[in-house]
Formats: sequence, structure tokens, C-alpha cells
Amino acid sequence: MTKKFTKDHEWVQVDGDVATVGVTDFAQSQLGDVVFVELPDAGRVLEKGKEAAVVESVKAASDVYAPVSGTVVEANQSLVDDPSMVNSAAETDGWFFKLQLKDASELDGLMDEAAYKAFVEESH
Amino acid sequence: MTEAATALKTTPLHALHVELGARMVPFAGYDMPVQYPLGILKEHQHTREKAGLFDVSHMGQVRLTGEDPAAALETLVPGDIKGLAQGRMRYTLFLNEQGGILDDLMVTNAGDHLFLVVNAACKEQDVAHLREKLAEKAEVELLDDLALMALQGPMAAEVMARFVPEAATMKFMSYLSATFKGVPVILTRSGYTGEDGYEISCDKADAEMIARALLGESEVEAIGLGARDSLRLEAGLCLYGHDIDTTTTPVDGALEWTLPKRRRAEGGFPGYDIIHRQLTEGTSRRRVGIQPEGRQPAREHTEIQDANGTVIGEITSGGFGPTAGAPVAMGYVDIANSAVGTPLTLVVRGKPLPARVAATPFVPQRYYRG
Repeated sequence: MTKKFTKDHEWVQVDGDVATVGVTDFAQSQLGDVVFVELPDAGRVLEKGKEAAVVESVKAASDVYAPVSGTVVEANQSLVDDPSMVNSAAETDGWFFKLQLKDASELDGLMDEAAYKAFVEESH
Repeated sequence: MTEAATALKTTPLHALHVELGARMVPFAGYDMPVQYPLGILKEHQHTREKAGLFDVSHMGQVRLTGEDPAAALETLVPGDIKGLAQGRMRYTLFLNEQGGILDDLMVTNAGDHLFLVVNAACKEQDVAHLREKLAEKAEVELLDDLALMALQGPMAAEVMARFVPEAATMKFMSYLSATFKGVPVILTRSGYTGEDGYEISCDKADAEMIARALLGESEVEAIGLGARDSLRLEAGLCLYGHDIDTTTTPVDGALEWTLPKRRRAEGGFPGYDIIHRQLTEGTSRRRVGIQPEGRQPAREHTEIQDANGTVIGEITSGGFGPTAGAPVAMGYVDIANSAVGTPLTLVVRGKPLPARVAATPFVPQRYYRG
């Protein structure tokens, strides 16, 4: 399984042709205490780079973008029930949604863990 | 650091904020702590449950002296300043000739002078306004050698009494000149959270010593501007520049309680004709509390519609209330839709979010009434 990262601070973990998407631990630390998430319904077609979900902290609202194109197969209902999981488990149980990949080659343009780490350190 | 960031002013507690791990942001020209490592949610809850220490040194502290500074100030504000007993304080508003609000402020009768606390973003213009309008009547001094902190929460009184025993019996909205670990301080029993507590004015040079002494008490945590905003919003308190500004009168802003009987009858403050007419005939819109349904917050500038989809106003402050356990907001609606319980529709990201006009405060105020 490969895990890739975007410059918008999302992570995507690929298992076969299904990608699990969430926000990174760095992103949750910047957002602060998350109080609400809005996730895409199963069946919705997402386009790479376009708005896919909303995450709201006490202070502000942020968009979560689709790191790759595809069709939503599942949204994380437990995250809707307990949005604080974004803070406590951003890169594990706090995943946002799963996508059926449209074009696996889109993954090639994303960063691996080392590149993402360097990106975060360089830009912040 | 960018050039803009280096040009920011700092408070005497800046180094302490950085040492405590605060996330610093620009606010009203100052580099201020928006949150500490505890985070906004826990800082908010801590203040409601125990006690929080806030650095509000960016705010303007002003001394007004003269033959009759109260009579002079009454020409600029609608509050009863002449009737303010020595050692007591009051919330009032600087108004323009249209009855619009130039700033909101606290006025204390300190005996030989009036002590004013005004908003950081307005302090230069407030001082210029005072100097221009009161040129012959009062001396205006911006006390920029002072720091200001707030200790807020149900345990604030117990903590403060360890340093200033006489603080325990101070009444809400009163003033005390005292000594804190050997240095002079001015305490007022006031704040901006809906909780009991104090504001502490002191010499800049003593601020860090006082802050460290208070933070050394087990009940006290440092609290940033993020939680200050969610605390005041739950308490139903206005934020100048958002919930009230030059386009809103005290009647629009549901602040009639700042217009005492004598001033309503006598006038003598800017915008009196307009405000007097509004008090008799009403206004076209009004500031109200708004309770969105569900958990999604509705932020400032969110459009408000009535049941028919007609735009009737917008949110001026909105967010998540950690103590309320729900989103909370305030905003302006047309007068026909301003009654508590009226159903509203908020347009959040293009989608309708049901809400209702709600009574404020969203959480009970717990001021010390003696």
C-alpha cells in the first residue's frame, strides 16, 4: 500500500483501486479543534483538485479537496458523529472518505512521505 | 518572518506568549496569541470551569481629566457618566452624528479622573476624537505605559484574593486601586467572557511578574484571542467592527440598556434625534442571537433568509460554542423576523441551513453580584 500527500495537506492511501483520503496530522494541528465535518455521499463523482469535503474548527472553515479523481464508495460516518477524531487520529481512524480511483496515474504527481515532510518544513 | 509581521507592535507579555508556545497572529496591529498549546476548545472550557488569564494590553487605556470630565464625556456618549459613583464603571458607546457607533468602551469613575478602556483597533481615532471634541473641556491622555490583563472564570476571585485580599468583595463593575506583590495595580471586576473576573491594569514593567504569578496558580491557564472570541460570543457580547459599527445605532444593535432614562429625556449626545425617534418608532432591523440547527457553524457574513427565501440580513459573528455544545451566532435581521423563536434560513456554502432567532446569552452569565 502506498501513501501519498498533496500540497493541500491531504493524504491518500491506495489499496488496489480504492483510495482512502484524509487530512494530514500537520493539517489538523493548523486547523485546531475540529467541531464539524461534511463528507461527500457515496456515489458522488469527485474531480482531482476540486472541493470534496468541509472541515470546521472552532475558529474557521476549510475545504478539503479531492487529491485524485474518482467515485466515492464510502464516507467515514464515525467522523461525522465525532469530528474531534480529525485531531486525535488524522492519519488513521480519522479518514474522510474512500474513492474508487478513476486514473491511477494521477497518484504519480503526488508527494511521498519524505517529500511531504520536506514540503511542510520548507513552507512553514 | 515577513516584513508585515516585523512591523507589528508587541505587548509587554510577548516574550512570555512565545515561551508558552502560543500561536501568534496579527490582530489590530499587534502580534497576539490566538491560542496556546492547550487549544481554543480546552482554553474556552478551562475559563468556564476554572480561571483563564488573557493579555489585552493591545487595548487602549485613556485618562480623562478636567473640571468636569463626566459632563464633557456625556457630550460624546449616551451613558449616564455624571451619575457614575466613584469607584464604579459602566459600558457605553462613542456615537457619531447619525447615531452610529464609533466604538464601545468601559468608563470608570476613578475619583480625580475618568479611566476609559477602548478597543485596540479604535484607540488612536478615539483619542483624536476625544481631543478634538473635548478640546476646551478635558485633558486626554493615552496611557501607553500601561499593560492590561484579564483574569476570568469561576475561580478568578479565589485566585486573585491570594494576592489582593480586598479583591474578593469587589462588586461587579467596580474599581479598586491596590497592590499586587508590592506593585501598584488597578483592578476592575469586569470582563468579556460572561464569567466573574477582573481586569488588571499595571505598569508595563510589572506585567510579566504579575502574569507569571497568576499563571503559577494551579487553577489558571493562559488563554488566547480565539477562546476570548468564543467566550464573548456565547455570552452574547458584541465585538466592535463586527456586531456593531458606524452603520448601526444602539437601537439597531439591541443596546437600549445603554440609554438611561435621563439621557433619553435630555439628549445632548451625538445622533440623539435619530436615536430618540428610533426609540419611539422602532427601527427596520435588529441584532439578534441566532441558533443554527445541527452542528455546522455559520460564520460572519453568512446570508440570512426568511421562510420565503427573501434575504433579511446577515450573520455578524458566528462559530461553535464549546460550552453551548452547538453552533452559536448573532446577526441582523429585519424587524419582522426578530422575535425569539422565528425560523430563519442561513445560506452556508450555497446550502440552506435551518436556524432560529435565539435569546442571548447562549450560556448563563455568572457575574459577581455580592
